[in-house]
Amino acid sequence: MYSTQNILLFGLLSILLAPIAGGLITGLDRKLTARFQSRTGPPLMQPFYDVAKLWGKERTTTNVWIAFSAWVYVTASATTVFLFFIQSDLLLILFVQAVGAVFLCIGAFAVPSPFSQIGAQRELLQIFTYEPLLTLVVISMAAVTGSFKISDVLAYDSPLLLELPLMFIVLGYALAIKLRKSPFDISASAHAHQELVRGVYTEYSGRYLALTEIAHWYEVVFVLGLCALFWTTNWMILVPLLIVTYLVEIIVDNGAARMTWRWMLPTVWFTGLGLSLVNLTWIYLG
Amino acid sequence: MFKKFIEKSQLKSPWIVHLDCGSCNGCDIETLACLTPMYDIERFGILNIGNPKHADVLIVTGTVNHRNKHILRNVYNQMPEPKMVVAVGACGLTGGVFRDAPNVVGGVDKVIPVDVYVPGCPGKPEAIIDGVIEALAKLAELQKEGRKKK
Ligand code: SF4
Repeated sequence: MYSTQNILLFGLLSILLAPIAGGLITGLDRKLTARFQSRTGPPLMQPFYDVAKLWGKERTTTNVWIAFSAWVYVTASATTVFLFFIQSDLLLILFVQAVGAVFLCIGAFAVPSPFSQIGAQRELLQIFTYEPLLTLVVISMAAVTGSFKISDVLAYDSPLLLELPLMFIVLGYALAIKLRKSPFDISASAHAHQELVRGVYTEYSGRYLALTEIAHWYEVVFVLGLCALFWTTNWMILVPLLIVTYLVEIIVDNGAARMTWRWMLPTVWFTGLGLSLVNLTWIYLG
Repeated sequence: MFKKFIEKSQLKSPWIVHLDCGSCNGCDIETLACLTPMYDIERFGILNIGNPKHADVLIVTGTVNHRNKHILRNVYNQMPEPKMVVAVGACGLTGGVFRDAPNVVGGVDKVIPVDVYVPGCPGKPEAIIDGVIEALAKLAELQKEGRKKK
């Protein structure tokens, strides 16, 4: 067991290192995506160039709420990662993460631009879709290990994946929606034109867009961290598991077209709830 | 050091917004062709972002007329500094074949300052990519001058 000081230090370190890891993963993601489309793709460091450039741009906002929301979003995401790495309570972490996600929408709602408004509404629907799934994943972890504390989950001596294989698939759905991968890139999509311009991000510009991007990096680290909890006993399996999970997300992203929320909500809920039900019954009986 | 990295990044990540003034669509198709695997502008960090508030480079195709000059000015004003403008095609440069039409104002530079002119009817994708890279070279010059002033 680690001492309290060590854990706090670890948490603070994670606040600094998580954006770097998240940025690199995003860069790798873009590179691989380009490769799948037989393009050369941007350099690995591209996400950092983008954010630094945005940071240096002239500051223009239509509304102070945008700036405020961007800061709350990034603070909440950083706090999520911090709480995760100091091995805090999983439910608390989910709530803090949800606050950040909702503030992204609040900022977008503060401007009368129709693109931003529709984008924010769709983002709320996406949150509405993945939040129950994440909660179910966390609840089933607690059902197996007997506690919501990450430290207790870590102390559990057999891999969770063996007991909760279906929950891992559920988490995969939540991951795809959270990272806005196709077919779930409904509220905003990273590339090219779509009818929503940049959806929920439309009105964030310059430095505030950079902040939302950094917040997104924190989220990437957080969701991968959640996946990591499924196999904490052995590094040799944990790392390939994470790589394969993310690779599957990228492949699905490239292979799928964007769908509508009318499809997303029932499909994801029914599959997610169905899988959870089966898995939880199985634990209960077993 | 951080400032240096920002300046370097400005040259490495030009996001473009493409505005079709009164183009015949020839130049637009060539501009969009830049996104295909054949030309793949993302290797220069260029994204077609479609939102003036996020963009660094404005690519304008086609003639400007009395109706759309307001839109052109509006889109230009929404872009935060530093920003560059690339005019594409004979129409964007001077009005091209439409220059004598009664409703036509002329080239893009009649309304907003233009940094790079890409000729052709339509401008080739290679030339358009070159135009954006040329705009970055100009931005690099401006950065140097800005540093000297201080
Ligand atoms: S320059 Fe030629 S191709 Fe381009 S918009 Fe004008 S007429 Fe069309």
